[in-house]
Amino acid sequence: MLQPGLYHILFISTALFFIGIYGFFSRRNLITILMSVELVLNSVNLNFIAFNKYLWADKLDGLFFAIFVIAIAAAEAAVAIAIIINLYRSHHSIDVEKAEEMKY
Amino acid sequence: MDGSTIIFYLLGIFTLVSALMAVTTRQIFRAAIFLLFTLIGIAGLYFWMQFQFIAAVQIVVYVGGITVLIIFSIFLTQQAGDKMPKQKIKRQLFSALAAFCGFALVMVQIFQYTFSSSTTSSVSPTVENIGDRMLSVNEGGFALPFEAVSMLLLAALVGCIVIAMRSVKATVNEQKKEIFNLKD
Amino acid sequence: MLNETYLLLIPLLPLAGFVILGLFGKYFNPAKRGTGIIGTLLLLISALLALYVAYGYFFEFGKADGVYQKLIPFQYTWLQFSEGVSIKMGALIDPISLMMLVVITFISLMVHIYSLGYMKGEERFSTYYSFLGLFTFSMLGLVMSSNIFQIYIFWELVGISSFLLIGFYYEKPSAVAACKKAFIVTRFADLGFLIGILILSFYARTLDFNTLIERLTSPGSTEFNMAVTSSFLGISALTWGMVLVFMGGAGKSAMLPFHIWLPDAMEGPTPVSALIHAATMVVAGVYLVARLFPVFALSTPHALELVAYVGAITALFAAIIACAQTDIKRVLAFSTISQIGYMMFALGVAKYGGEAGLGYTAAMFHLFTHAMFKGLLFLCAGSVIHFIHSNEMKDMGGLRKYLPITHITFLVACLAISGIPPFAGFFSKEEILLAASQNNQVIYWIGLFTSGLTAFYMFRLYFNIFWNKAPSSSVKSRGEGGFVMILPLILLAIGAVFAGFIPFGNFVTSDGKPLESVFHWQFSILPVLFGLVGIFIAMKMYKKENQIPDKIAASFGGFYEAALHKFYFDEIYLFITKKIIFNLIGKPAAWFDKNVVNSLVNATGNTTEIFSSKIKRIQSGKVQQYAVYFLLATVLMAVLFIYWWK
Repeated sequence: MLQPGLYHILFISTALFFIGIYGFFSRRNLITILMSVELVLNSVNLNFIAFNKYLWADKLDGLFFAIFVIAIAAAEAAVAIAIIINLYRSHHSIDVEKAEEMKY
Repeated sequence: MDGSTIIFYLLGIFTLVSALMAVTTRQIFRAAIFLLFTLIGIAGLYFWMQFQFIAAVQIVVYVGGITVLIIFSIFLTQQAGDKMPKQKIKRQLFSALAAFCGFALVMVQIFQYTFSSSTTSSVSPTVENIGDRMLSVNEGGFALPFEAVSMLLLAALVGCIVIAMRSVKATVNEQKKEIFNLKD
Repeated sequence: MLNETYLLLIPLLPLAGFVILGLFGKYFNPAKRGTGIIGTLLLLISALLALYVAYGYFFEFGKADGVYQKLIPFQYTWLQFSEGVSIKMGALIDPISLMMLVVITFISLMVHIYSLGYMKGEERFSTYYSFLGLFTFSMLGLVMSSNIFQIYIFWELVGISSFLLIGFYYEKPSAVAACKKAFIVTRFADLGFLIGILILSFYARTLDFNTLIERLTSPGSTEFNMAVTSSFLGISALTWGMVLVFMGGAGKSAMLPFHIWLPDAMEGPTPVSALIHAATMVVAGVYLVARLFPVFALSTPHALELVAYVGAITALFAAIIACAQTDIKRVLAFSTISQIGYMMFALGVAKYGGEAGLGYTAAMFHLFTHAMFKGLLFLCAGSVIHFIHSNEMKDMGGLRKYLPITHITFLVACLAISGIPPFAGFFSKEEILLAASQNNQVIYWIGLFTSGLTAFYMFRLYFNIFWNKAPSSSVKSRGEGGFVMILPLILLAIGAVFAGFIPFGNFVTSDGKPLESVFHWQFSILPVLFGLVGIFIAMKMYKKENQIPDKIAASFGGFYEAALHKFYFDEIYLFITKKIIFNLIGKPAAWFDKNVVNSLVNATGNTTEIFSSKIKRIQSGKVQQYAVYFLLATVLMAVLFIYWWK
């Protein structure tokens, strides 16, 4: 077993990213889709921090990026919940298959 | 094999397994809890990387804020106990395949690339350093993004309220509908 | 000197009549006949101008060194395609065009005056007069054309005007069928005319008549050599050109086998028949051959022989059919075909220049006199039809007491057409037969026999209308049409009597030099004898009611039936078109169009539709699907960039 280094963390973050993407494609409930998006954002954060630590140790840019991403993710999750609630009022369901009015 | 390595692997496995469960389980409340575990796992990884501040922020904001928000919205919109309808097998396979392709591509690229660290000096991510950098306007300062993000938070706040707000007329109409429905 | 304004006004006045009466005619009251009076006045001025210009030309300025010149008073370039290729519009005056101007304007004036009475009460009175104006304009333009393309333009205009006039009673299906038939048959012949024009203008490299004739008749010129050496199927190109041009003329002049439209064209009002089918339009073919006569006579004598034989056979053929017809207008129609046959074969036996060119003069002379007496015959027939309200001979008889003036004028016209001296037809027919006897004995004997037949059927017609049996009980009182209908009859009768005394050879000859007309009285005995025999036989058969006609008809048997049915030409043509052309060419073409062409076009539409219905599934409205495509595209592009693009 190797000493865990940058590559391992990158592996984890990439895996998280694609798990989030898989969740985004295959889930029917809007809230679970939101959860998958949060997974993606977290993987990105992990990436930033990892690079900051292993490649650019003399700066704190990665860390600040991560902080701002967290802040923005929070705002975005709030807005998404607001939209979901609004959609629920008109469709009485948050199944994404039912929200396809803009089809051919 | 020292403790740090073991802890890292444990944390990693914990995070990934929780994430997988979060995206595949059929009960929505369990998905939310698995998301919670994933986020805690990531915070643990931050701790392992000795970025304590970020780990703390992660726990406070993500675990304590966003996950709670998600759970609230689950309760507001549906029965938490029911099983969610299953996705078509074809769709699941296809998305898994797509995700796996992407994953393979990225991993191949990463493992082929040699990352080289450019500097030897390092700045430790203490709260003091973070605070110093956050509000400085010099080289390496993040005052401007800080202000921008605060504006964004304000906009998001207002937006959420507006979007989720019920108009008065809609409220009256819905109440009327409920009364008429009750009559039948 | 020639006054060009007057010359231009001659065709433009009827055109103005057409435009004004056509546009504003509906504001006039048809009962008051104001439009008719306007049309007639315009044409009166036009006729007087024509007489004035003709008088000036023939007696004052036309001659130069004793030869009548072909003058072009004005010409302007209409379309200039390139340096050497241009289409001009101009007026050409020479003896025959001026003679035709006089004839056309005079006959048209007579018809205009007559129609004031005949068409009284007709609701579309102003339309009728505007059409008459259009027709007169087209015909005048045709005879004044200075180049072959312009004559074609006016040729077609004449065709259209006659279509409009024949189909004037458009509610009658027979009239509609007749005008369509006239137009289609002449249009078909005009195809030959157009190809002929193209051939001639290609070889002569010009459209202008004077230049074209000059180039194609001088044996040394390059154009002539090229035209006679290049050949197709063993016949020189020049002969093809002239034969095709003659085909166009034959269509308009109702020669065999294009004669089928003229009997049917009698569906039009009778004054129209007088104008178009007696005096003017049908002689357009004769005029065309006369216009191109130098080329016919000097460069393509075989084409001229064809003209002669076609004319002679048509004359005989039409005369035989006319003997069996019972509708009086049909008899007159076939008589017209026969007389035009005379004119054609007269042109056909003539040579260019001097004594031998007698046929040319004779043809033009006969055209002149024929216009008089045939116009008179049709107008008289109109009078009779106006009185009896029927066209059939069996409804008539003994009308001489009730239509005295018509009776006398009709008799004059019949004597003229039978070639009895001293009426006009005698002089012109005698000259034709003289020219024929000098050049082609076969045609001479055909002409002689036909003149006997002519006398017979014309007097058969005369006796059946005015003698034979007593009039039916519905006829009560004298029924002449009124002054406006009598006046043209009288004027034309005067023409039929005295026109023969004009020394035509002094004015119209094949080469422009005046020809002394000598009266060979010994020669004239035989034609007059044939005419008198014909009249006598007709008198015996028809003056009193008897059984002789039926017995003779029975003895002829099948031949009589064939003559009655116009030798089944119409049936043959109908058979050819329906069974052969429609079935063999029309149906497969239609099938091809419906199934192949349509399906090609539909296939384009269908493939687009199928293709789009397959692609439109991409727009599903499902966000996740869009995200999948997004990811796949990104991955694909990443692969492309990393591995392929160096």
